[in-house]
Amino acid sequence: MTTATDNNKLVVVQLSGGNDYLNTIVPYGDGLYYDFRGAIHIKPEDVLHIDDRTGFRPGMEAIKRLWDEGKVAIIHGIGYPNPNRSHFRSMDIWHTALPEDIGHEGWLGRTTEELDPDGENVLTAVNFGRGLPRALGKRGVPVASVGNLETYGLFTDVGDEGRRKTVLDTFAKMYGTANGGDAVMEFLGQTGTDALKGADILRTAVDKYHSNVEYASNAIGQSMRDAAQVMFADLGTRIYYTQQGSYDTHAGELATHYQLWSELSAAIGDFMDDMDEHNAGDDTTLLLFSEFGRRIKDNGSGTDHGSGGVAFLIGNNVKGGIYSSYPSLKERDHLEGDLHFNNDFRITYTSILEDWLGLDAVPIVNGTFEKFDFFRNGNGTNGNGAH
Amino acid sequence: MTTTTRQDIDLMAHLMRRAAFGATLDELEQKAAKGYEETVEELLNPGDPGDLSQDAIRRYHVDHSELRQMNSAAGNWLYRMITSKNPLEERIALFFHSLFATGYTKLNQARCLLNQIDMFRQRGLGRFDTLLVELSRDPAMLLWLDNNESHNGHINENYGRELLELFSMGIGNYTEDDIKEASRAFTGWTLGNVEYMAMRAMKDSIWPYSRIAWHFQYRADDHDEGEKTFLGESGNFNGEDIVAIICRQRATAEFICTRLFQFFAADRVDDDGQAAIDEMIDSYFASEYEIGAVLRTLFNSDYFKSDAARYARVKGPVEYVVGAIKTAGSYRQPTLGIDKVAEQAFFMGQGLLNPPTVEGWHEAEEWIDSGALVERVNFVANELADTSQPGVKAIIGKLADANGGTLTPDEVVDNCLDQMGAIAVSDSTRGALVDHVGEHGNLSLSDDSSEQRVGELLGLIAATREYQMA
Repeated sequence: MTTATDNNKLVVVQLSGGNDYLNTIVPYGDGLYYDFRGAIHIKPEDVLHIDDRTGFRPGMEAIKRLWDEGKVAIIHGIGYPNPNRSHFRSMDIWHTALPEDIGHEGWLGRTTEELDPDGENVLTAVNFGRGLPRALGKRGVPVASVGNLETYGLFTDVGDEGRRKTVLDTFAKMYGTANGGDAVMEFLGQTGTDALKGADILRTAVDKYHSNVEYASNAIGQSMRDAAQVMFADLGTRIYYTQQGSYDTHAGELATHYQLWSELSAAIGDFMDDMDEHNAGDDTTLLLFSEFGRRIKDNGSGTDHGSGGVAFLIGNNVKGGIYSSYPSLKERDHLEGDLHFNNDFRITYTSILEDWLGLDAVPIVNGTFEKFDFFRNGNGTNGNGAH
Repeated sequence: MTTTTRQDIDLMAHLMRRAAFGATLDELEQKAAKGYEETVEELLNPGDPGDLSQDAIRRYHVDHSELRQMNSAAGNWLYRMITSKNPLEERIALFFHSLFATGYTKLNQARCLLNQIDMFRQRGLGRFDTLLVELSRDPAMLLWLDNNESHNGHINENYGRELLELFSMGIGNYTEDDIKEASRAFTGWTLGNVEYMAMRAMKDSIWPYSRIAWHFQYRADDHDEGEKTFLGESGNFNGEDIVAIICRQRATAEFICTRLFQFFAADRVDDDGQAAIDEMIDSYFASEYEIGAVLRTLFNSDYFKSDAARYARVKGPVEYVVGAIKTAGSYRQPTLGIDKVAEQAFFMGQGLLNPPTVEGWHEAEEWIDSGALVERVNFVANELADTSQPGVKAIIGKLADANGGTLTPDEVVDNCLDQMGAIAVSDSTRGALVDHVGEHGNLSLSDDSSEQRVGELLGLIAATREYQMA
């Protein structure tokens, strides 16, 4: 079923560093989990039960609540053929949707171009963070990158507000005047003027925003709040991207992993509440992914890079449930010491693109893939999420 | 000695923006007094780079010595760009890094990338055929374009294809069969100790391509000894023969000379520019493919010296950042935090050692979008407003020495533009800067706030449209 509308929005949260699947959705009913994870495991009594075999790790209370409300899709065993355990390469593969070749364009860059073919809105896609992730990169597709919405802009290090205003006036004058008809100079002038304007528009999002939700002051909480502010300002933004990390828990995993998920889960719970408060919950779907899962066997203090992982889709219009199945922990089923992935991430991309954003996914994900039936239909019928 | 004119200074500033990372007015005056052609020769015949030896850096500067991580390795290179007395060596390395774009994303090993950059430093001004042979033996390149996966009887065409398409001739000048035959000739060009390294890597998921840099090995038993036909010539070719045939082609000369022209002279090639490229092509053949000779021809050409070539290139993020740092005088020692500068350049669209693809970066106007411009302006404004930096202090000192330390707004702006490297700006830009300074009247260097005003102005100059160009 499709619910795609011109108003649907996608919020992508990248869990950078390789999230430990086994300690996220914990297979506490499987003795092998405790055999392989002698040191780095979640005790059965601490697990937030999904069923008698699996459950969320502690810290994911808010996501558990959304799960209970039927708004969370858990995509088990997600990955791609010939898994690569390099952070950079594997992230690149997720970003470009090209597991075999070095890709040229990000899948969301292409998505943005499809959503806004004439590039009319420079805010169709906004990245909350500095430096554009390759997922959003595509030649000629403008994407705004906002480190911090409240302080976004030019000459932000000029501390004195009066001085800063004078400096910005001078900048506006330098970039705003015609410059001898030279094409590159004119282009630079336009870009500088746009940058000032873009910063002004984005700042209005902060001023317009009122909410009863109080986000935590940590980085992901602030990023999710920034995303909500831009969304409610009605600037036509369809793609929202942010990241959190680092999930690269080779050492000291138990404490770090708990904190990361506590912060992320709370931020997502707050974000969903904020959506509902502003009647935006039905138009918004979140995708949470990481570049890979981690080794099945722990290293005594943490876990090393692995492959098969878990992803989540969250939203009022998402059919909550289990998609695909937990890969077997039996040794003969391992893939080089990792959980054996059982579904290609491009199935999930395809489902989102076609059924949520209403686009033809084939050119965006570089191929034809089957789909998961993630979304409720237009009548709000509660479908069965099981795949 | 002849008298140095304003024109000499401006021309020298132009040369130093292209063959180096800019220069102060003092440096420009010294070089102009020495002469233009003499300066070109100095640039082309580098001596001791004068930066700290890599051994000393690795011993005493832990932040630089972790060369496996991308940003610490990129920071190490940035430090060399900032401090080297052989700036053209760094620029030619940057040129070849953009052209033979090899990236960390696949290698997960920055040390072998830095080794490749060092090879560009050593070979980049020499013969193009020697460079291409070295490139074909380079471990980072072997892995990046899969030549280690290319075997006798089972070729992997990736390197053969890009060697022709992106590195030497350009599309349209060879056939698909030529790609296959070139790939056959490069079979056996692989990494040493592969089995051991693969085994180590399997056990070490953090560094899937191992913790130590790879090395080259030629495996005669995996080389295709059969007859090959490449670009119309036949023989039992090995990789060196393929490179020799490539370098004889007119298309190769046109390709490499045009790319050098765009990197050193102008983003766009007009008719006068094409005439300069034609001269470069003549030098390419006359010198037996020597890149240094081609650049000598370019720098001494009428086109390069003409007004048409001035400010005709958009600065890439790395040269922009390095230029501003050199003016500010910051990072002159191997300091903690240089990896953050590498990060800044990435925010502006150029992650050193991390090109988006084998095609390198999209350059010229494509360097600029509103996000990149915001990052550029904020970085330079911050760097140059810091009046504790030696370069900024030196400029303030020069102003204090002029006119008894009291200057009109016009004098302040003209002095600062000159001290930053004889920068030319349009009348409207200059007017806006003068108005900005004039808000508080004349500048008296005895005044406490005056230093801040100068720092602010330097930041604004680096934020101008003109400063985005070289």
